[in-house]
Amino acid sequence: MTSSADTIGKYSHSARWTVSWWFVAIALVCLWFADTEISTLNPLLELGRMFKGLLNPSFNSLDELGFALLQTIAFAMLGVAFGAVIGFGLALVFHRRIVRVVCALLRSVHEIFWALIFLQIFGLHPITGLLALGVPYAATFAKIYSEILDEGDPRALNALSPGVDSVSAFFYARLPDLWQHFKTYTSYRLECGLRASAVLGFVGLPTLGYSLSTAFMEGLYSQLWAILIVFYALIITMRFWLRSALIPIYLIVAPFVISNDSVISFDNIHRFFTQDIIPSPVQRGESFGELFSWFSTLLSEQALPGIIGTVLLGQVALVATGAIALLAFPLTSKQFFGPVGRGVGNVILVVLRSTPEYMLAFILLLVWGPSMLPAIVALALHNGAIIAHLMGQYSNQLQRGQDSHSGLNRYGYAVLPRIYGQFLAFLFYRWEVIFRETAILGVLGIATLGFYVDSAIQDIRFDRAVFLILITAILNVLVDSISSRIRSSLRLSSVVKMR
Amino acid sequence: MHGSPVISLIEKEARYEDSVALSDINLTVNKGEKLAIVGPSGAGKSTLLRLIHEAYPVAAAFVPQDDGLVETLSVFHNVYMGRLEKRPAWYNLLNLMRPFSARVTEVEAILQQLEMTEKCFEPVGRLSGGQRQRTAVARSLYQGGDLLLADEPVSAVDEHQAERILRLLPVYFPTIIVALHDTQLALDTCERIVGLNDGRIVLDLPSSELSVAGLAHLYID
Repeated sequence: MTSSADTIGKYSHSARWTVSWWFVAIALVCLWFADTEISTLNPLLELGRMFKGLLNPSFNSLDELGFALLQTIAFAMLGVAFGAVIGFGLALVFHRRIVRVVCALLRSVHEIFWALIFLQIFGLHPITGLLALGVPYAATFAKIYSEILDEGDPRALNALSPGVDSVSAFFYARLPDLWQHFKTYTSYRLECGLRASAVLGFVGLPTLGYSLSTAFMEGLYSQLWAILIVFYALIITMRFWLRSALIPIYLIVAPFVISNDSVISFDNIHRFFTQDIIPSPVQRGESFGELFSWFSTLLSEQALPGIIGTVLLGQVALVATGAIALLAFPLTSKQFFGPVGRGVGNVILVVLRSTPEYMLAFILLLVWGPSMLPAIVALALHNGAIIAHLMGQYSNQLQRGQDSHSGLNRYGYAVLPRIYGQFLAFLFYRWEVIFRETAILGVLGIATLGFYVDSAIQDIRFDRAVFLILITAILNVLVDSISSRIRSSLRLSSVVKMR
Repeated sequence: MHGSPVISLIEKEARYEDSVALSDINLTVNKGEKLAIVGPSGAGKSTLLRLIHEAYPVAAAFVPQDDGLVETLSVFHNVYMGRLEKRPAWYNLLNLMRPFSARVTEVEAILQQLEMTEKCFEPVGRLSGGQRQRTAVARSLYQGGDLLLADEPVSAVDEHQAERILRLLPVYFPTIIVALHDTQLALDTCERIVGLNDGRIVLDLPSSELSVAGLAHLYID
C-alpha cells in the first residue's frame, strides 16, 4: 500500500486506487475458476417468447393479483414495523458485545432461509412471514439505529444540566434532530421490505413472488409481466402512498390482511428443536465416530464446495456491481443530464433495482442455461442500480463550481474523484449484502451455499440445513468484518445510510 | 460589598492529551461578582470556564459557545430544556407533544426580555445566528440558579443589544462569569476583568482601574 488516501496530487497512487485494483484482480482470478459457459442452443427463443408477453400484459386475473399485492404490502409493513421497534430497543443496548454478535449472526441469514426455517416451525401461519422479515430486519435496524445515535451531535445533550432524567434527555436533546435520519432510513428499508416480502412468495408465502413463480413455471409470460408492472408501480409510487399519517392505518389493517386459518402446532415447534435440527447420528444415538464422519462429510462435500462457489460468485459480482454503478450513476445525476434525461434514467434504475435478483437470474438462466453467469449478471444489475441511484443523489449535492468541462472530462476530472470515496463506501457496505443474496440464487440451482441449504431442506434434512445456514452466517459475518476493516483503514464513511 | 467565595481555584491546571491548556490558575470569585474573562482566541477562555463549571459543586447555568440547541425543536422547547430536571419525564414528554400553557407563559416572559417573543414556536434551525444566541441565553435564564457561566454569549448580536443582554443577566443571577472577546463591552458591563494569555492569568483587576487601551497589550504577543 502506498501513501495516504488524502494526498492531493498523488491520487493515482492512493490506497483507494490500490485496493480497487486488488479487488479487480481477485475478481478476475475468481472469474477464471467460475463456470460461466453459455449452454443453451437457442438462447433468444425463450427470451423472445418472454418479451412478447410484455407487449400484451394480461390483467385478467386481477382478483388474484390484488390479493397477492395486498399480502406483499401487509407482510412488508408488519415485518418492517416489528423490526424497527425491536431494532430500536436493541440499538439502545448495542454497545454490549453479546448484542452486537447476535445481531450480526441474525442479520447474516437471508430472509428466505428464515422463511424456510419458520415454515418448518409454524407452517403457513402468518407469523412465518412476519418473523422471516422481522428477525433479520430487527438486527439490521439495531446496527443502523445505533450508528445514527452515535453519530448524532452531542452538544445539546452536553448543554443539559446533569440532573435531567435519561428519558427526558433523550426525547428533548437527541431524538428531535435524529428523527429525520430514522425516518429516511426506515422508509428506505420499507422499500427493501417490499422486495423481500415479494421474494418470500418463492418459498410459498401468498405474496407476489408466489404468483410470479407460478406464472414462470407455467410459461404464462403475459401474466408474469402484469405482476411485474404492478410491482414496479408499487415501488415508484411509494412516496405518494407512504405518508406518516397513513402508517397507523396500514398497520391496523395489515394483520387482518395476512391472517389465515392455519394454526400453530406446538408439536411441530417441539419436534423442530428436539429432533429436526439435531445431527442425525446424535438422534439415532450412534457413536462419536459416526458424528465425526457425519460432520466431516457435510463439511467436505457440501460446506466447502458451497463456500468456494459463494466466494467466486460474490467476488465477481461485487466488482461487476461496481462497474455497473460507475457506468450508470450519471443517468440520475444533475452533473450530466437535464430533468428529462434523469427522468428516463430514474425509471431504468428503479426497474433494475426493484426487479428481485431472483427474477433477473431466472430470466437469464432461461437465456443462457445453468452456470454462474446469470447469477453474476443478475446480482450486478440489481446492486449496481442501487449504488448508481445513491451515487447520483450524492453527486447532485456537489457544487458544480467553475469547471466548464462536459461529458467524459467532467466525469473523470470533476465528479469521479470527488465521489470515489463515497462510491467505495457504498460498495463495501454492499459486499456483505451481495454475499447474502448469493443464497437465494442457490435456491435456483447455482452452486453456492444456498444451493446446499435448499437441497438439504428439500430432502427434509434440517440438521444439515441448520449447520449449513450457520456456516453461511459465519462467512457473511467474516465478509462484513473485513469490509469494515477496509473501510476504516481507507477512512471511508457513508453519508447516506444503506445496507 | 461581596459575599462568601463561590468559586475557589488554587494552583489548577488543565491539559489536553499532550499539551497544557491552562496552568497556575488561582482564582477566587465571590458571591455577587460580575466577572469577565478576556484574552485573544486560543488563550484558554473556554477551558477556564469549563474548569470553573467542573469545580462548582451544583449545576450552574451554562451558555456554551456552540449554543447546544436542538435544531428541529422550537425556541419554546429549547428554552424549556433549561428546567427539564425540575419535572418528571411523563410531564416533559406531554409538554413536548403539546406545550402546557403555564410553561408557555413563563418562557414567553423571558423571551420578551430578549425581544424574541414572536419566534417562540419557530424551529431553532430557521433562526439567525443572533437569534440562536438569544435562545441559548433565554434557556439559561429559564434555568436560573446562583451562578451563570457564559462563553461568548453575545458575539453574534449587535452592539446595542449585546450590552442590553449583558445588563439583563444580573437580574436573574447573583454571580456571573462571562467570557468576552469585546474588551469595551467587558469594561462597560462587568466589574472585574480577568485577562488570559497563553493559558495563564496575566491580569485580574476591577474594571474601574482599566481601559481598552490598557487591555490591548493582552492581544499582542
